[in-house]
Amino acid sequence: MALLQISEPGMSAAPHQHRLAVGIDLGTTNSLVATVKSGMSVVLSDDNGHDLLPSVVRYYADKAPQVGHILHDAQNTIISVKRFMGRGLQDIADVGHLPYRFVDAPGMVQIKTVAGVKSPVEVSAEILKTLKLRAEKSLGGELVGAVITVPAYFDDAQRQATKDAAKLAGLNVLRLLNEPTAAAVAYGLDNASEGIFAIYDLGGGTFDVSILHLTKGVFEVLSTNGDSALGGDDFDRRVFCWMLEQGKLPPLSPEDNSLLLTKAREAKEWLTEHNEARITCVTSSGDILDATLTVAQFRELTQPLVAKTLAPLKKALRDAKLTPDEIQGVVMVGGATRMPHIKQAVAEFFGRAPLTNLDPDKVVALGAAIQANVLAGNRSENDLLLLDVVPLSLGLEMMGGLAEKVIPRNSTLPIARAQEFTTYKDGQTAMSIHVVQGERELVADCRSLARFELRGIPPMAAGAARILVTFQVDADGLLSVSAREETTGVEANIVVKPSYGLAEGQIADMLQASFTYAGEDKDLRARLELEVEAKQLIEAVSNALQQDGEQLLNATEHVDIVNKIADLQNAMGDAAKLKSATAALNHATEEFAARRMDQSVQKALTGHNLSEIEI
Amino acid sequence: MNLQQTHFELFGLPSIFALDTKKLDQQFRLLQSEIHPDRFAAAADSERRLSLQYATQANEAYQTLKNPLTRARYLLQLKGIDTQEESNTAMPVDFLMQQMEWREALEEATETANMTSLEALKLQLRDAEKTLQATLTSALDTDSDDTVATESVRKLRFIDRAQQEVDQALEALES
Repeated sequence: MALLQISEPGMSAAPHQHRLAVGIDLGTTNSLVATVKSGMSVVLSDDNGHDLLPSVVRYYADKAPQVGHILHDAQNTIISVKRFMGRGLQDIADVGHLPYRFVDAPGMVQIKTVAGVKSPVEVSAEILKTLKLRAEKSLGGELVGAVITVPAYFDDAQRQATKDAAKLAGLNVLRLLNEPTAAAVAYGLDNASEGIFAIYDLGGGTFDVSILHLTKGVFEVLSTNGDSALGGDDFDRRVFCWMLEQGKLPPLSPEDNSLLLTKAREAKEWLTEHNEARITCVTSSGDILDATLTVAQFRELTQPLVAKTLAPLKKALRDAKLTPDEIQGVVMVGGATRMPHIKQAVAEFFGRAPLTNLDPDKVVALGAAIQANVLAGNRSENDLLLLDVVPLSLGLEMMGGLAEKVIPRNSTLPIARAQEFTTYKDGQTAMSIHVVQGERELVADCRSLARFELRGIPPMAAGAARILVTFQVDADGLLSVSAREETTGVEANIVVKPSYGLAEGQIADMLQASFTYAGEDKDLRARLELEVEAKQLIEAVSNALQQDGEQLLNATEHVDIVNKIADLQNAMGDAAKLKSATAALNHATEEFAARRMDQSVQKALTGHNLSEIEI
Repeated sequence: MNLQQTHFELFGLPSIFALDTKKLDQQFRLLQSEIHPDRFAAAADSERRLSLQYATQANEAYQTLKNPLTRARYLLQLKGIDTQEESNTAMPVDFLMQQMEWREALEEATETANMTSLEALKLQLRDAEKTLQATLTSALDTDSDDTVATESVRKLRFIDRAQQEVDQALEALES
């Protein structure tokens, strides 16, 4: 085993050292952290040897929150918080069954606890912090960054909320990675597979299906579909409702509700390997429930849920223009896929037994760790490339409340599309732009992502202005929108956020609050962050100079960049100077970057001999 | 690589309709392997920005060339020809008749919730699509007959939409 390299906190490792990076599966029920050690992807366990960290956060009035294996206090213990990420109160179907005191905040719901009102982003950040600590303790150093997985069918608001939570936990997000894609990576590399694969990912609260084409280390997602509000939790709830009927129980207290839900989950898990489950419990009011649930009854209760997963499967195949028999392998992901009747339904649909040789609870984290290792710059021999897609169409509101699609679903990332619009009134000087996501025709049926205004359009006749609205979705699946009036050059830009994500100021406030808690100085922290960023930049540019400086730069250009590196080095310790020197170095390397990129392109298309290209 | 290159040039492929799509797939993957933002996660801002821009362009080019309809439209566009798919609805009578038959078949199958007829209609549309693609190959690659090519693109566009409608109808019946 390789010796671990320990570096000074905040110091970046030398170019050829192994950089510590992790993959995190932030799950509805459980979360995990994994890393690549000596070429193998492994899940990191806690001091007690537990791999899975229950995604449970308990708040206290007088001490810091606790995460994981803890006794519940229903109102102050948040479970399955992932279901609330980027969601408003009206989005949560079963509010009545949940023990929490919800606060309907604009954009995202919040929860009142003994430790104050908490946003789902803050609750998720607690889980991420725990995993970050676990990883740093286990690996003996600071993390360069993390790949965090999200359901493929998460929309922009849910992705943004996840990224915000990571930021709040002090993690540098290398990439948001779709869970089924992560699973495909773990499977594909493990089995050296080639061909077309379907990933069926039923987690605690979300369902995803992705169709991927694997070839020579390239994982190309052809289509994805799913339901971000369907998961193993729903099976528990069906059993829970059955229990209420069987026991003819009176309205329950929040504690009793959680007790019964736990019993329901235990019964579900028991039935994976047994023919019947006996459920007994005594409520706080003294009511007794003693019932036996058979496998047949359980299947009948939950069959509609299983059927509900088949519709997205069909849609994904249709979008990929494939039939079930063209799929070479079906991978099952998520703890809920342990249920035999789910395996059976999937096997019947595809006419082949699904692959289950990797632990369905761990496969996502294992795949994320492999991607994190590559992104952190630890190139491995089996270099891989992931080409993922936009899960839901992105569009704009048109006159009459209709949604006009600008980027269709299943477009490969990154993608940019521009569309031209015009004014409809004489002398119109502003235009409001409403960005939506979804497949339906009416704006009211789609999710609202952001509204912004392009102002300062000079008065013209109706239809004379030419307003170009550009959508750019980056490799994380996050959208930014810009609008520009072509005849005058008036511009407006927005990183899609306000409607459902948190505004930048809110994140800053939360960070501030958490620093106060930790007794840290915000300015110091900000400066340290700038220093880390500057060191990374210096390292990146130095590496580039070493590789291509001689060939691609003339003497003057070379000296200029070297000087700017020195300036940045001298700026350490001064936040204002760091900012300007970083910007200067970035600016000075633009032309160099372009030449390097051209060189890569040439290499890609001409540098390979025919035998390499031939498949 | 620059923004003036055509999509064909970007992948080092000939500007023809009968494109070797396997070769296109390979070139696309090779290119993305070098320029994708994942390759620049630890790079300077300037390189990350360029990589995003290039990878976006490569995706756009690949999508355009992969799909026969958009590929044909793009070839005509390179010749300075607007296919006028929205404005020009004039079609030969036999194609109009064919369109009506398909429409009726779609409506009837939707009303009677007949999945089998929907699937059959899908196959019919796929056949028509293949025939048009053959027409496009000769019109664009050998005869240089832009009139036939433009008309074929408009027909193909109609078929493309009809296929989407059949898919939507199937989807509605399934859920």
